[in-house]
Amino acid sequence: MADVVLKNVRKSFGRARVIHGVDLDVKDGEFLVFVGPSGCGKSTLLRLIAGLEDITSGDLFIGGQRVNDLAPAKRGIAMVFQSYALYPHMSVYDNMAFGLELAKSSKAQIDAKVREAARMLQIENLLDRKPRQLSGGQRQRVAIGRAIVRDPKVFLFDEPLSNLDAALRVQTRIEIAKLHTDTRATMIYVTHDQVEAMTLADRIVVLNAGRIEQVGTPLELYHRPANLFVAGFLGSPQMNFITCVVSHVGSDGVQVQLPNAGMITVPVSSDGVRVGETVTLGIRPDHVKVSAQGTLTGRIELVEELGENHLLYVDFGKDRHLTIREPGDARHGIGQEVSLSLAPESCHLFKDSGEALPLIAPTGTPMARSPSPATSAA
Amino acid sequence: MIMSGATIQASAPARETVRGGRSSLTRSRIRAAWIFIAPTLIVLALIAGWPLARTIWFSFTDANLNSLNDYEFIGLENYIANYDGEWLGLLTDTDWWRSVWNTVWFTAISVSIEAVLGTIVALILNASFPGRGIMRAVILIPWAIPTVVSAKMWNWMLHDQFGVINDMLLRLGLIAAPITWTANPDTALWTVVMVDVWKTTPFMALLILAALQMLPGDIYEAAKVDGVHPVRVFFRVTLPLIKPALIVAVIFRALDALRVFDLIYVLTANSRDTMSMSVFARQQLVDFQEVGLGSAASTLIFLIIALLIVITMAAGRVRLGGETR
Repeated sequence: MADVVLKNVRKSFGRARVIHGVDLDVKDGEFLVFVGPSGCGKSTLLRLIAGLEDITSGDLFIGGQRVNDLAPAKRGIAMVFQSYALYPHMSVYDNMAFGLELAKSSKAQIDAKVREAARMLQIENLLDRKPRQLSGGQRQRVAIGRAIVRDPKVFLFDEPLSNLDAALRVQTRIEIAKLHTDTRATMIYVTHDQVEAMTLADRIVVLNAGRIEQVGTPLELYHRPANLFVAGFLGSPQMNFITCVVSHVGSDGVQVQLPNAGMITVPVSSDGVRVGETVTLGIRPDHVKVSAQGTLTGRIELVEELGENHLLYVDFGKDRHLTIREPGDARHGIGQEVSLSLAPESCHLFKDSGEALPLIAPTGTPMARSPSPATSAA
Repeated sequence: MIMSGATIQASAPARETVRGGRSSLTRSRIRAAWIFIAPTLIVLALIAGWPLARTIWFSFTDANLNSLNDYEFIGLENYIANYDGEWLGLLTDTDWWRSVWNTVWFTAISVSIEAVLGTIVALILNASFPGRGIMRAVILIPWAIPTVVSAKMWNWMLHDQFGVINDMLLRLGLIAAPITWTANPDTALWTVVMVDVWKTTPFMALLILAALQMLPGDIYEAAKVDGVHPVRVFFRVTLPLIKPALIVAVIFRALDALRVFDLIYVLTANSRDTMSMSVFARQQLVDFQEVGLGSAASTLIFLIIALLIVITMAAGRVRLGGETR
């Protein structure tokens, strides 16, 4: 068990800078997920922690020890690769035992460890098989088993589920969560799949172009994205963004003028934003409602029925689009004009720089996001 | 009940057609396959089958290079014959057996050295270092030079009076007097092996390098994370994985080495100490004009090489047609 601390870690490949100064504090026993679009440096960051790449500058501590110059094997880590990285000519048993033979453990000890891991992952009946005789899901279990037998302080997962089919992905995801509960080991997990990130993580690190955009619990990131990138990256379908102009700044929030539509007052503090400035209003598809008297009107372009809910794609002039998610079956057809209302407390405002405007402090504001006891007391 | 009965009845005749005969589609596919491979089979029969058959036929005759059309069938007399209680023929000829031994010895030693050196060179070329592309090209030069040219070049370098090698060794004080590398029975065959290794190690390295580049990189990272020592990784991971390619490379080279001719002929001419099977056959056929005896030797070369390759393949459990991983 160990914590992992990164201090201003940078990585360049020749001239190309890939990681631009990352500071991160992974607590002991935490499940941390790196998420971001492809090429954002999340895998590179994991490989820096594993020791498969050299850190260009900055410090990396595992369990309080500076490990920059330590070989991967001495860092107390185990890694599960996206492609499984099993030795093709060795049996499942040998694949798991190979790394142990060196650690001077006795044959009986190795055997006990391998069988225990195999029992945990329910691959006991596969121990004599070669990797090519296994399905993708079974191979991934062997790869995880190989990590478990090393009894690492930190588990590193590099997109372990991306080669599996959808059903198996859900199942293996649950198993990894269970493994974390059972072992209480520190786990760092890389994925580009936001569902994996949301479901597995204690905390999520959103990376973009080699920089950390935001760190926080899944719900913090979902409800209070710190900037446009995080707001757009998490959540599916994507958050709607509408460019609009600030028309009034008051103590109850910032009022904006929607294009081709009415005004809306979002309960956020102005943070230096002045009247006349352009800002981006963000609202998730679930918070836009079809109503009789809405703030804006538009024409339905497309309807997608998903069974439990449905998606409406609405065009409200000059190529501006909104996605709406409503429960149940669709009650509107393509081409129909609808009036839409946006819940002001569910809106986010982003400055030109992409930064989100902070919520108004709960004290004395009737328009706080959730009617919490604190507000009612005030 | 009725439903299940109907299903059984329906499936039974269907199975019979599959078992009974091929469908017309399968038959036309087989016909097309034969049409496509027929040209190759005809060419092979003309350029490989016919000369081989003719050589085997001549080996049962007393043909002479002077009058190739005037010969008699003499059965196995080229191979073994008994004249007045004395055994004669190729199988009793000590020079022949000596050339067989020379060839096998040469093949075993040179191919072994080439396999080890080739693997080392391939491992070096597989690592990334500046100038790797140029190195890969440069290393092929010995392989690209025609054997006769490189043999002649080595002949001069190894010359007992004017050779650069004797000169260097003398200056370094490693030898007291010049060595007649290619004429001395103690050094002649080793010299041939050395030149062959120089020439064909690049070929071996290239084949092994191709195998190395097929290996997945991630398993090496996994081994690194597991802290497995590189030497151990080589013997437990790399070697087993390139083994099929290595054995194919060894068989290729062994086939080549077993019919070695030009290198030995240029370096040491018809010396009995280094004579290979091919040199022996040529001597019988051309120098002594004994087409029958030479053909018998050639036929035996064919049989010996075939036998050795079968043994090698069985030992390496290589199935050339199937998956060997």
